[in-house]
Parts: sequence; structure tokens; C-alpha cells
Amino acid sequence: MTDVQVPLTSRKDWQSDQEVRWCPGCGDYSILTAVQLLMPELGVNRENTVFVSGIGCAARFPYYMNTYGMHSIHGRAPAIATGLAVARPDLDVWVVGGDGDLLSIGGNHLIHALRRNVNLTILMFNNQIYGLTKGQFSPTSELGKVTKSSPMGSVDAPFNPLAVALGAGATFAARTHDMDRQHMQEVLRRAHDHKGAAFVEIFQNCNVFNDGQFEALTTRANRDDMLIPLAHGKPVRFGKDKEKGVIITSDGAARIVDVADVGEDAILVHDEARAEPGLAFMLAHLASSVTQPTPVGVFRAVQTTEYSSANARQLAAAQERNGAGDLSALLHSLPTWEV
Amino acid sequence: MTDVQDRPGTSGNAEQVDHVVIRFAGDSGDGMQLTGERFTTASAIFGNDLATLPDFPAEIRAPTGTIFGVSAFQVQIADHDITNPGDAPSVLVCMNPAALASELDRLEPGGMIIVNSDEFDERNLTKAGYTENPLENDSLVGYKVILVPMTSLTKESVKPSGVKTRDAERSKNFFALGLVSWMYTRPLDSTLDWIKERFAKTEMVMNANILAFKAGHAYGETTELAGNRYSIKPAPQPAGVYTSINGNMALAWGLVAAGQLAKLPIFLGSYPITPASDILHELAKHKSFGIRTLQAEDEIAGIGTALGAAFGGHLAITTTSGPGVALKSETMSLAISLELPLVIVDIQRGGPSTGLPTKTEAADLMMAMYGRHGESPLPIIASYRPSQCFDAAIEACRIAVKYRTPVILLSDGYLANGSEPWLLPDVSTLPDISTTFAAEPNHVNEETGEPEHWPYVRDPETLARSWALPGTPGLMHRIGGLEKEDGSGNISYTPENHAHMVQTRAAKIAGIAKDIPEVEVTGDVADADLLVLGWGSTWGAIITAVDRQRAKGRKVAQAHLTHLNPFPSNLGEVLRRYPKVLVPEMNSGHLAKLVRAEFLVDARTSSKVRGVPFTAAEVEVAIEAELERKL
Ligand SMILES: Cc1ncc(C[n+]2csc(CCOP(=O)(O)OP(=O)(O)O)c2C)c(N)n1
Ligand code: SF4
Ligand SMILES: [Mg+2]
Repeated sequence: MTDVQVPLTSRKDWQSDQEVRWCPGCGDYSILTAVQLLMPELGVNRENTVFVSGIGCAARFPYYMNTYGMHSIHGRAPAIATGLAVARPDLDVWVVGGDGDLLSIGGNHLIHALRRNVNLTILMFNNQIYGLTKGQFSPTSELGKVTKSSPMGSVDAPFNPLAVALGAGATFAARTHDMDRQHMQEVLRRAHDHKGAAFVEIFQNCNVFNDGQFEALTTRANRDDMLIPLAHGKPVRFGKDKEKGVIITSDGAARIVDVADVGEDAILVHDEARAEPGLAFMLAHLASSVTQPTPVGVFRAVQTTEYSSANARQLAAAQERNGAGDLSALLHSLPTWEV
Repeated sequence: MTDVQDRPGTSGNAEQVDHVVIRFAGDSGDGMQLTGERFTTASAIFGNDLATLPDFPAEIRAPTGTIFGVSAFQVQIADHDITNPGDAPSVLVCMNPAALASELDRLEPGGMIIVNSDEFDERNLTKAGYTENPLENDSLVGYKVILVPMTSLTKESVKPSGVKTRDAERSKNFFALGLVSWMYTRPLDSTLDWIKERFAKTEMVMNANILAFKAGHAYGETTELAGNRYSIKPAPQPAGVYTSINGNMALAWGLVAAGQLAKLPIFLGSYPITPASDILHELAKHKSFGIRTLQAEDEIAGIGTALGAAFGGHLAITTTSGPGVALKSETMSLAISLELPLVIVDIQRGGPSTGLPTKTEAADLMMAMYGRHGESPLPIIASYRPSQCFDAAIEACRIAVKYRTPVILLSDGYLANGSEPWLLPDVSTLPDISTTFAAEPNHVNEETGEPEHWPYVRDPETLARSWALPGTPGLMHRIGGLEKEDGSGNISYTPENHAHMVQTRAAKIAGIAKDIPEVEVTGDVADADLLVLGWGSTWGAIITAVDRQRAKGRKVAQAHLTHLNPFPSNLGEVLRRYPKVLVPEMNSGHLAKLVRAEFLVDARTSSKVRGVPFTAAEVEVAIEAELERKL
């Protein structure tokens, strides 16, 4: 992708001529803007970029990008994108879906795309609700959530998306939110540049069916105290004066402490490149709801074999060994006889 | 060429017969499929025409000695053209009591039973449900029973190889193969060569198998079996190079060929399922053809990955059986809406649900036709004999690529595993099925005046839409499952557009009728009292039954469909030409219902859903009954 001359583009070049049809005020708009503004900076061609989505509000995304795109069916985008990425390793394939799309109906495809480590950039817009179907609880909605389909409160325990991704062996896992364009763009750039499957959870406000769900974390007033920025090689600290931090206790859990109480040296230094995913997993479990201080940024970024290139290498090796396939020879490859 | 006496492995004083149907039956662990396949290959190379019917249980290793663990392999070999593995076997090889108990009633009256008498001990008899030894009472009176202590003879004969006593009896299937090879004057070389190649890595086993095979052969030669030797002349066949092929192999090779002929790389997304997995296995071997295979996490991902690859310009395939087709249904509708080429291969088996996974049935036709949501027509192709699966695969790919549509290709367990000699085609005579991708914008944006690509601009002839690949500069576009405006492809919910799109998608598929051969009628074309209409693997039994009925003086015509949607353009006229129409089907009457609905003809069903194919005799009975039915 980098060996071809990429013409300079602007946001406008990445906008399709389709009218955007999300509800006014929806967090999806700010994600779209962030992506459209980021694309010109990524050094990629529009024609080599493909957005594949499932179904849901989030999944309308491809229509608004002036790239190749497919708005497919509910849950199947990771599978469809896998086929495309394997068939066409020259393309830059993105997957966009909601929390229902990617963790409920499409959960199976998501975990398999992650464990195969297919070169995909997967964006999960997590609004913790089913938006398009008008407000049922989703697999990331909190216990007790009252919705149309859970009038007495949901009794479903939610998924922790990053823990699911890490459990599936994601080589890149990150979290960002729709209120901070700069942070979103930083994380998305990293995700895009990752060779392999990159999973990004984006907290997204659905102002119609789950308004304010992330307010405790994402408003300017709350961010400093409630978002824990992860930076590779840096101590995990937060708070207006970085007065709080994360330590790993002797019994192996991540815990929030006052730095003053434990001393700076006791604070965990983030290592996104650790081969072993345990640390990232602990950080993923640091908050059990969006009312507690929550880490954002890149949890894990490790380089291992990417699926479509491994697949392509096998093809090349077979051709190297046997030459290009010869149909006539194939038909004569079982015992033959002449009449 | 036709003088049997001159051929290796044959000798004088063998009685000449024109055909024989042999059924090898034993425990799942006895290697009966292998024995049958080796006998088949030797016969094919010898020049006989043949057809096979492997019949094995769903369990990999059912408890030994039980009836449900019996694995059988039937083969018909003949000195003339044959189309099926024969009705009732005339020779039954039984490796244990369970095989005798389960297979005896298939044997023709007076048929020959070759029994491994060593296995008829108390324990095995009990497992097979016998309270008395059938070899010692009069229950086999009327059959020609040949008792051979195969286990002990095998153990004795393989001693020089040095295999452990425990392993020695494993070679007994080769003893049986040697014996039957002697009895039917089969040449030995091809089997010996095969043993040497297959067991090259384990010399002891190779030697044991060779010794057992030769001992079986010698046993025939030196015992009183001398009066039971037969020869079957090679069948007159068109000149050329032949190979023995089963349906799944032919289908897989057809897909490889289609990739070459379409000049497109093949992508197969598939999830293992009997009896379709062998196609995945075969294609996975042919990476040097640029074929990518992906073993997906489930059938939905199998077709999903294939559809993604189709978007990327590959010739996309997904292979499965009925339960998998059910899972692929939603994605097929998406492919219909996206108008992308995709071939869905359904190797049918007995259902519903897990049903009879290793047995054959053809009850997915209605699902292929209607098993999707919305108005979602797609072309359906069905193969009718093992070797023809090759052509059927190419035809399915041709239609998919040319019309930008998913196509269902139906085969079944019987075709998948059954084999026959195949006159290899000259690859230079195979059709060119290549296509072109959009290279230039096909529209100018009214507002901006900029050139752009409209994905749903159609070829006026075929109604196929233009196919622009990601990576092509200037042709960026979005497609999706929402209803789209014809031409631009933009989302459109207008009533007029939706009606137009439903009609257009239907017209595109219906129009394929202009591009496929008319259905051919054979037999008493001009004055038949009855037309036998078939599709799929019933072909072999139907053709034999119709021939026999005509030989008996009845006026019968036959037609067989390879294209089930759309139907050939002359089908209605053909059906109305005859006073009666009979449709033998391995289901409860799917095709009969379809032609009734489409053509208002009183087509009658002859149904068989027993997990095994029709015999010609059964079709004959149905023909006679239908001919006698008062109108
Ligand atoms: C097979 C299938 N089942 C159900 C639906 C209905 N459906 C559409 S979107 C959706 C859930 C959307 O939630 P999410 O994925 O979180 O996306 P959001 O709308 O919240 O962005 C459902 C259940 C469908 N389109 N297809
Ligand atoms: S329903 Fe919610 S998620 Fe969907 S567009 Fe409206 S605000 Fe956004
Ligand atoms: Mg949602």
C-alpha cells in the first residue's frame, strides 16, 4: 500500500454523495467525521479501501464513505470481510458494526476473525443498546437495564467487549469514545496500521434510546477523573494531577490507588506489546460498568502471523513447488487407461 | 482388444457372463470400501463399464460385529454400457454374521454368498442377532454358499511378512479381494501396484497385504472353486483415455476447471459436513491453481467469506449439505440482492435434521427453489451421474459469472461417492466462461458533472449488472442488502422501484432459459403413453427401467432435467405432449409439484425415501402401475 503514490486527498474526497440518515445528535456522526478526517492522513487510496458492515444504525457507515463498501446482513460482516481480505490482501478492509451486530448475532464471526488474525480494522460502535430496532437491551447493556424487551430490568449479564476480544486472541485491542476526536483518531490510526485483526470498541452515545449512557466517563468535566489513558511504556495514571494510578496487587488483580499512598514506582507501567495477554485482560476488567474509572487507549498490540499473508504464502509455495496448475495433468492424475 | 483370454490375470475355463453385481459387506473396520474400490479400479482398467454404490454407516467405528456397524460396497461391472450399480447383487461377500444378517435380503434368488466362516462364532452370531448358526441350518438353502475360513487363511499366509499376529488378520479384506479377483478374472497388476504405493512407508504391512491378496487368488485357483470362475469382456467404449471417478472428485475438478475457464481465481469457503467434505479436501490440495480454501467457523461464514471474495473478484464457491444450506439461506438472499456470482454446492443427504448423514436423498429441491426470504429466485443445476458432476460444476459457474447471481448446484450422497469410468475431456474443448470487469465509469453525476460508477447498470441482453472490483480507481461504490434503485444502486424504498427490482431480478433468472439447452426426449418420442421425467441421480435407474419396459413392448419416453430453475424453454410443451407423466424422485414429490404448478400437468410421483437409490426394477414397477392407471 505504501509503494504506490497516494494522491493527496481531503475530507471531501472521502465523503460519499449520500445523505447521512442518523438521528440528529447521534454519536455516530462524530465517529464518521473523525474517520473522514483521518483517512487523508493514512496514506491510502480510496479505491483500495473497503468498508464492510452488518446491520444496525452503526452499520449504515459504509454508505457515507466514498470508498468501496458493502452493507451486508446482521452479524456477518467479519466473515464477509475475512473472505475479501483473504482473496484480496492488497485491500485495506474495515469492518463497522454495533454491539448487537458484532457481539450478539455476529459474536462467533468476530471471535474467529480475531483468532485467525485476519488483516481487518474492526470498529465496534458500542451504545449498549439496539438502536435500529428501537431500543432493546444489547449484549453489552448492564444488568437490570429497563428497556422495551426488559420491562422489569434485564437479567442478562453483559459482555465485556475488550475481554471478549482479548480472550479470542486479538492481537490489537483498543477503546475510545465518540466525544474526543483526537483520541479516536489516534486509536484508529494505530488500529489501521496494525498488521492483523485490530479490534476497537468505541463508546457511542445513542441519544434516542440510551442517552447519556457514557456521560459519567466522557464529558469534559468527568474525563480526567474517570478515563484512564493507556500509553505504552508509561505508568497508568489518571486524575487532574495524575494523582491516581493502577497497581497489580499481590493476588494478581488490577486495582486503583492513590499514587501518594503507594509511591510512583509501584504504579503499573503499561506494556501493550506483551506477548502474554494477561495484563491487558486485567485492565479490561478494571471497570465492571461505565460508572467506574475506565481505561481507554491501546490495551494490546502484538505482531504475529497475519492470516491472509500466511494463506498467500502457501499458495506461492505450492506454485513454486508444482508450477502453475495444469488442468489436463489434474484430470490425468488418477490411474487412467486407454481404449 | 476384446479377447479376454489374452489379458493378464485371466485364464481359460471361465464362464463368460455379460455382467455381475457384487456386494462386499463386512464390519466398518473390515475395509470393505477399500476392497470395493480396488475391485472397481481393476475392472475399470480392464475395460468394463461399471457403476458403484458405497453404503456405509454414519458412525466412524461402530461397535464391531453389530448390524448397524455393517459397511457395504456394491458394484456392477458389465461388458456393455450401464448406468447404475445394479438392482439386486448376484454375489454377496460377507465378512461376518452381521453382514449376512443385514445384507442377505438384497441378494437375488439363487445368488452366491462368499462367507468368511471363521467369524461365525457364538459371540459374533449373538451380536448379529442369530440364535442358530445360519451356515449350519437350512436358512441359506437356495443360495450358492461358499465357505472360506478367510481369517485363519489370511493369518497363515501373511506369516512371512513378520507382522504381529494381532495385526495379521487386518489383511483379510485383501484375501477376499484376491479371491473375488480370481473368480472374476480380474488382472492383478493394478491392485498390486496400488498396495505397493499406498503402503510404501510400512513395508511389513505392504508385504502382508500382498501376501494375503495373492493367497486369496491362489485359494480360488487351488480349491474346488474352479467351477465358479467367470469372465466379463470389456465393454465397447468410445476411444480415448479413461479414469474412474466419483461424483465429488468430478465436481471438485469441475470447479478447478471453471476457475481456469473463467480466468478467475477460485475461493472456497466451507464448513465440513458429510457427504460434501471431500470437495473441500480436494480443492485444498490444488493451491498451485491459485485456489484459496477457507475452513470457516460455520456454514454462515462459509458462504459469507465466499461472498466477500466474490465482491473482490474471485469465483466464489461454498460447499455443504442440506443442514448447511439452511444456514446459508440469509446470505444467499443477500447475494441475490447484491447480484454477485456465487456457487452453492449442496450434496444432499437424508433429512430432516441430521437425518441419515451417510445415506442419499434428494429432498432439498424445494429448499433450493424456495428456501429463502423475500422474492429471491436463483438458478438451480443438478448433476445426474458421477462423471457429469464435472460439467455440472462448470455450468453452475458459467451461469453464476455471466448473470452475476448465486447458483445452487445439487448433487447427492449417491453421486458423491459412486464412481464410474469417465472418458476424459480434451481440456481445449471446454467452454470459455470468462467475463469482463468494469474498467471505466459508466455515468456522469448530474450535480457535480463528475464521472462515477453506477453498480446496477445492466447488460440489456442478460440483465447482468456491471461488476466493478475494489481496487479499480474511480469506480468506488457501495452495495448492500437494502433495496436499491436500479442503475445508481442508491437506497430506494419507493413502491415503483421495489416492484421494478423484484421483477427485474426474476426476469434475469427466467431469461437464462434462452441460454440453456432444450430438454431432450428419448425412447418412444412420437407415441409414448407415458413420459418418465427425472432429475438428479435417478437417471441411471430410470434409463435402465425405460429400456427394459420398451423391450417388453411398452411405449415409454424419457426426459431428464439438469436445469431446474429456470426450466428448459420447451419443457411445458414436452410435458403436454404425453398422456401421462411419471416423476420418480428421492423425495416426496418435489419436481412433480413444481411442474404441476408451472405447467398444469397431472404429473405423478413415484417416491423413494429409504436412504438408498432407486433400483431399475422399482422404477419399472412404477412405470407399469402408471401405465395401467385408468385415466
Ligand atoms: C437476521 C436479522 N435479525 C434481526 C435483525 C433486526 N436488527 C437489525 S439491527 C439489530 C440490532 C442493532 O443493534 P446494534 O448492532 O447494537 O446496532 P445499533 O443500531 O445500536 O448501532 C437488529 C436486532 C436483522 N436485521 N436481521
Ligand atoms: S437510534 Fe440511536 S444509534 Fe441509531 S441513529 Fe438514532 S441515536 Fe444513533
Ligand atoms: Mg448498539
